[in-house]
Amino acid sequence: LLLILGTPVEIQRPRGVPLTSKKPFYEENKPFTCLDGSRTIPFDRVNDDYCDCKDGSDEPGTAACPNGSFHCTNAGYRPMFIPSSRINDGICDCCDTTDEYNSGAKCENTCKELGLKERDVLQKMAEITKEGFLLKQQLIEEAKKGREEKQGKVTDMQENKKQLEEKVEALRTVKETAEQPEKEAKERHLKAWEEQKAAIRLEKDKAKMAEAFLELDDNADGFVSVSELQSHAELDPDADGTLTETEVQGLMGGAAQVDTSTFESVWTNIKDKYHSEVSREEEPAPVETPPEEVKEPVVDNDSEPFPEDDISEEEDEDEDDEDDYHEDDDKVRVYITQKTGASINFSDLSFDFGPDAEFTYLYSQCYELTTSEYIYRLCPFNRVSQKPKYGGSETNLGTWGSWSGPENNKYLVMKYEHGTGCWQGPNRSTTVKLTCGKETVVTSTSEPSRCEYLMEFTTPAVCQEPANMDLLPHGHEEL
Amino acid sequence: SAPPCGCFILQRWVPLIVLLCVSARAVDRSNFKTCEQSAFCKRQRELKPGRSPYRALLDTLELSDSRITLQLINDNNKVRLLLELYRLQGNMTRVKINELKPLKPRYEVPDVLISDPITETLSVVSQDENSLVLSLGGKDQRLIVSAQPFRLDIVEGPQVLVSLNSRGLLAFEHLRARKDTKSELEQATEQENVEQRTDEDGQIKEEEDKPGMWEETFKSHTDSKPNGPSSISLDFSLPGVEHVYGIPEHADTLKLKNTDGSDPYRLYNLDVFQYELHNPMALYGAVPVLISHSTDRTMGIFWLNAAETWVDISSNTAGKVRVISSEAPQTDVRWISESGIIDVFIMLGPKPADVFTQYASLTGTQSFPPLTALAYHQCRWNYNDQEDVKSVDQGFDEHDIPYDFIWLDIEHADGKRYFTWDPSKFPQPKEMLQGLMDKRRKLVAIVDPHIRVDNGYKIHNEILSKNFYVKNKDGGDYEGWCWPGNSGYPDFTNPEMRAWWASKFAYEQYEGSMENQYVWNDMNEPSVFNGPEVTMHKDALHGGWEHRDVHNLYGLYVQKATADGLVERSGGVERPFVLTRAFFAGSQRYGAVWTGDNAAEWGHLKISIPMCLSLGLAGISFCGADVGGFFKHPSAELLVRWYQAGAYQPFFRAHAHIDTPRREPWLFGPENTALIREAIRQRYALLPYWYQLFYNAHRTGYPVVRPLWVEYPNDVATFSIEDEYLIGKDLLVHPVTDEGATAVTAYLPGKGEVWYDVHTFQKHDGEQSLYIPVTMSSIPVFQRGGSIICRKDRVRRSSSCMENDPYTLYAALNSQGSAEGELYIDDFHTFNFEKAKQFVHRHLSFSANTLSSRNLAPDSQFSTASWIEKIVIIGGSQPSSATLKNADDTESALEFEFDSTLAVLTLRKPGVNAAADWTVILR
Repeated sequence: LLLILGTPVEIQRPRGVPLTSKKPFYEENKPFTCLDGSRTIPFDRVNDDYCDCKDGSDEPGTAACPNGSFHCTNAGYRPMFIPSSRINDGICDCCDTTDEYNSGAKCENTCKELGLKERDVLQKMAEITKEGFLLKQQLIEEAKKGREEKQGKVTDMQENKKQLEEKVEALRTVKETAEQPEKEAKERHLKAWEEQKAAIRLEKDKAKMAEAFLELDDNADGFVSVSELQSHAELDPDADGTLTETEVQGLMGGAAQVDTSTFESVWTNIKDKYHSEVSREEEPAPVETPPEEVKEPVVDNDSEPFPEDDISEEEDEDEDDEDDYHEDDDKVRVYITQKTGASINFSDLSFDFGPDAEFTYLYSQCYELTTSEYIYRLCPFNRVSQKPKYGGSETNLGTWGSWSGPENNKYLVMKYEHGTGCWQGPNRSTTVKLTCGKETVVTSTSEPSRCEYLMEFTTPAVCQEPANMDLLPHGHEEL
Repeated sequence: SAPPCGCFILQRWVPLIVLLCVSARAVDRSNFKTCEQSAFCKRQRELKPGRSPYRALLDTLELSDSRITLQLINDNNKVRLLLELYRLQGNMTRVKINELKPLKPRYEVPDVLISDPITETLSVVSQDENSLVLSLGGKDQRLIVSAQPFRLDIVEGPQVLVSLNSRGLLAFEHLRARKDTKSELEQATEQENVEQRTDEDGQIKEEEDKPGMWEETFKSHTDSKPNGPSSISLDFSLPGVEHVYGIPEHADTLKLKNTDGSDPYRLYNLDVFQYELHNPMALYGAVPVLISHSTDRTMGIFWLNAAETWVDISSNTAGKVRVISSEAPQTDVRWISESGIIDVFIMLGPKPADVFTQYASLTGTQSFPPLTALAYHQCRWNYNDQEDVKSVDQGFDEHDIPYDFIWLDIEHADGKRYFTWDPSKFPQPKEMLQGLMDKRRKLVAIVDPHIRVDNGYKIHNEILSKNFYVKNKDGGDYEGWCWPGNSGYPDFTNPEMRAWWASKFAYEQYEGSMENQYVWNDMNEPSVFNGPEVTMHKDALHGGWEHRDVHNLYGLYVQKATADGLVERSGGVERPFVLTRAFFAGSQRYGAVWTGDNAAEWGHLKISIPMCLSLGLAGISFCGADVGGFFKHPSAELLVRWYQAGAYQPFFRAHAHIDTPRREPWLFGPENTALIREAIRQRYALLPYWYQLFYNAHRTGYPVVRPLWVEYPNDVATFSIEDEYLIGKDLLVHPVTDEGATAVTAYLPGKGEVWYDVHTFQKHDGEQSLYIPVTMSSIPVFQRGGSIICRKDRVRRSSSCMENDPYTLYAALNSQGSAEGELYIDDFHTFNFEKAKQFVHRHLSFSANTLSSRNLAPDSQFSTASWIEKIVIIGGSQPSSATLKNADDTESALEFEFDSTLAVLTLRKPGVNAAADWTVILR
């Protein structure tokens, strides 16, 4: 017996069978062969509330088979399959109510409403995508320009470098001259050389100190405070694993906070142990960036312009360069760096800013979201942090790790790792999920698992070329 | 749940505590007393077996219909005790010993016995100058009182069943006055001071004071002991006994160990942070019931005392090769408690089932939980917010995994103020609960007994104004540190307080609560982070009694008051479901227990079996362990194995510490998700059997899960088995609990019996050790030949969704070709089964090729929509026809299939209502 309680217009077919794909196999009054071919049963055993087929195909409209599935047409919305265990379980699953035909559950047909809502949402999304995609094109364009500009600078520096190398050569000649038999002259020259090296070292140290100051000054108030310094556990003088307030005060010479000028004395105390918060501390000096690498413009959409191991490759080549240019005298390299202006940061060139460099604009920016308790801060390609709204020190929720989206598009997820450690737990880390939006904004944060944060972030940079609206379900199709 | 040393939570309020906390990975033993560090235990244990100083004064004998009394005198100090002997209905003897004239009353545990036990006449058979023989009724059972030295023997014919004080370890520290004459200094240094006491005869006896009698310090805590020494002790000898069980809760073997070279088993409800396995340390709950078993007899000793208690077990065969011992085996048990009286029930069996009945007649049976409570529970400390709850709920549907309950731990409340909701994380609790209700699912929210001291907190203010808090020794409100910071502890021993507490669960009182919200009582040992041994000071006051007297009872009262509240809020209609961590004898009446804060280790998975079996023997059937392990992060393999084991334990809940990575069932890859889904589905399919067993446990007191020896009491090979067990008597489960296991060896008991693998229907003979190769999907479960088990094979997303689904009967035939079983059906959630006899209880039997369903409860009435969809007969032969005969004598032919290789007959769609009378005849 076939139970059909559908609307009069419904085409006759066993309950739960989709009209299009499987209907031909259910021919009324002819023996039914299980879809896996395992056996053939009389047609009156189809949907008779007893499971005869191992694959569940004889009971598309009842809950009798553990592995069956039920098709709801959902006219006005999208059709779907549900596990047959959801038929008549008292819960409305299909918006057309067809799954609850015998449970007493009072379901209302919500397909039309859902369809409208979905169309509305899709439409809005399409608009966002469209506008977002336009914005993305601008971003790509800007990135391209910025890149060319920097490349220009690099070229200039190549020139500079060449000159400096000549200078180095000259110095070397001086050095060699100093090795002439005249003892006094040699000593004088050597002394000059030493002085020069000391000067270079000092310069370098100062640069490091300035960098460290900026890093330590978490709240950017122009002072490094005890608590800001305390976050650097590696500075622990007695290496007992905890850096106490007293120990920090010792390092700071008793001061509660220091400014840039007084920081020098603190720096002397800590520079040997200090670890930069940024993992790219040892960034390659720009001069060593091989011209071929940087000059290559990234326009080819088909190829992977920046393979993930890009950075390490560069480093490898740097080492080769060192040998070529300077043998092992890195002091001279530092000198060159100083003279060519190390303030221009080219390290961004080593990040993977997306297939079309569309994420470039995020670099050196920070985006904040304030919740009831905390202010969350996402600085793309740098770090994620959390700060209590009402005072208290900042917690590092992870520094830039890698793109880690799904295989088909890794640029949908950013992973920030190795943040501040948790009590009895792992180091904090943050997953940032990127979605298409007109604006660049952090929309939500959560901590789904202890010390594992999740951030949602919208940006035009992930907007895909808008698809046409054909994907929208059309109500009339099913009727 | 919650460890006491979750320092990171505390540090917001109490930097000092942080420094005291040890972030050790295992239990910090130094936080808990050894017997040596517990002054009364030390004093008592120093007393060695020998001639008892106690003498029974037979001339003081008084005999009434219900009891006899006589006096005992301690010849050393002339203190007199009063002995009361009762013969109780159902083959039990009660022995009470108290001081004849105590300085002040000594505590007698109330509210544990369900009623005054019914007594039977105890008649004097004979009497001479040194003994008194009393008749215990039929079977030549006698109770012999020996006068000097005092001793009691219960004998049956020539056989001694149990002897009391046969080793002379009766020791009753009488209450005495603190000597006012002594100066403070003298008291502080008192070592050799003596006490003078004048007895009734005017004779002076000098008695030595020992350290720790009047004050005791452990770590930084001092117990002021205003009443001085008050401990009691008594020994029991069990001739012929080599196996004793029970006295939960310990993370130890099922069979109790000899404690000669170690500490005694300790019963003192404690919040033990990261507890260790295989030792006699106290844990969260205490049931002072010991079961002895031999091939001859099963007996029980119920020591009704709620104070700190230690139990020494000594067996003359321990560690010896049995054959060379000419001595008959014997086990000696000694109970030591810090205060109260000796009140002991000797349950004389003789069969395991008799002992369960006897104990149930004293303390009641397992509460009959709503069916949903037997389904799968998803818990975590903590589901963060409403959104989280919603997405986990959806996760189960997306992965097609059934579950009934999602749980909220302490973070759900507003600042750990129980009965409230965090306004930012759970702003719309009713909306959340309604969302779950729409899916026919439920929620548990934690309500702990410690109350945040905060004058902005209604609950605190009411307790304060009603003067319901426990008091400290100086009479002020007792305060201690717990999750909320500074906390008060309501005096749950006070019935008025409990009634008030229960009223707080009314929907209008507990804002945001709804009928699909149930409750969980954690930390009710009680846990006091800065208290001695992480619990309450013993000199704290509950009305006139010290905490010392009531300690082990506190948790029972918390659960009782909460369960009462859930019943009341429904107008007495709905069965409650309350989970507790602390418990005592009688806690079975109020809900479920779990084994506390275990860890994601294979050893913890293994120990969950003996721990729940021990609890079952002591009356508490509704037991489970945190699936996956609370502390630490389980490997995928351990998690899967734990789900597989947990699916076959009574209380089935996954739980995790807040610091562990998320571990919802779908987070370990599709293969493991599928394995976990299958384990949970097996649980749901078997819910009718679990439900029927809980119904029977509720009626009879038989444990739901049982050690093998309970059903095979004569098979000594089963006596120490703890890696497998029986669910009811018909299913044998041997979970895989070893990492990388490729096989398990299961012992299938019963000479002449057969067992069938429930997954393959393969048949195995009983009384053999069976080697079973396993893969990751294997859960070795066997159905006993001779049984019929009802399942609902249409597994849906929650048990409620399966309410009206049809049953499949699995009849596994024994070697005589017969089988029997039961089917129990009611509305699955109300008391109507009890109050209005609204249930279906059927007896199913198969013999002589006829399967029939007979009504076991003709005077009950219930109509069910469920019907019989399939009958699977395992181990039979192929019939030529199968005929269904209905109650109205109409007949119809049933189609069937027969698998000749496995001898499995499947009858297609009988279609009869599950409540109907029917017969199927095979020809």
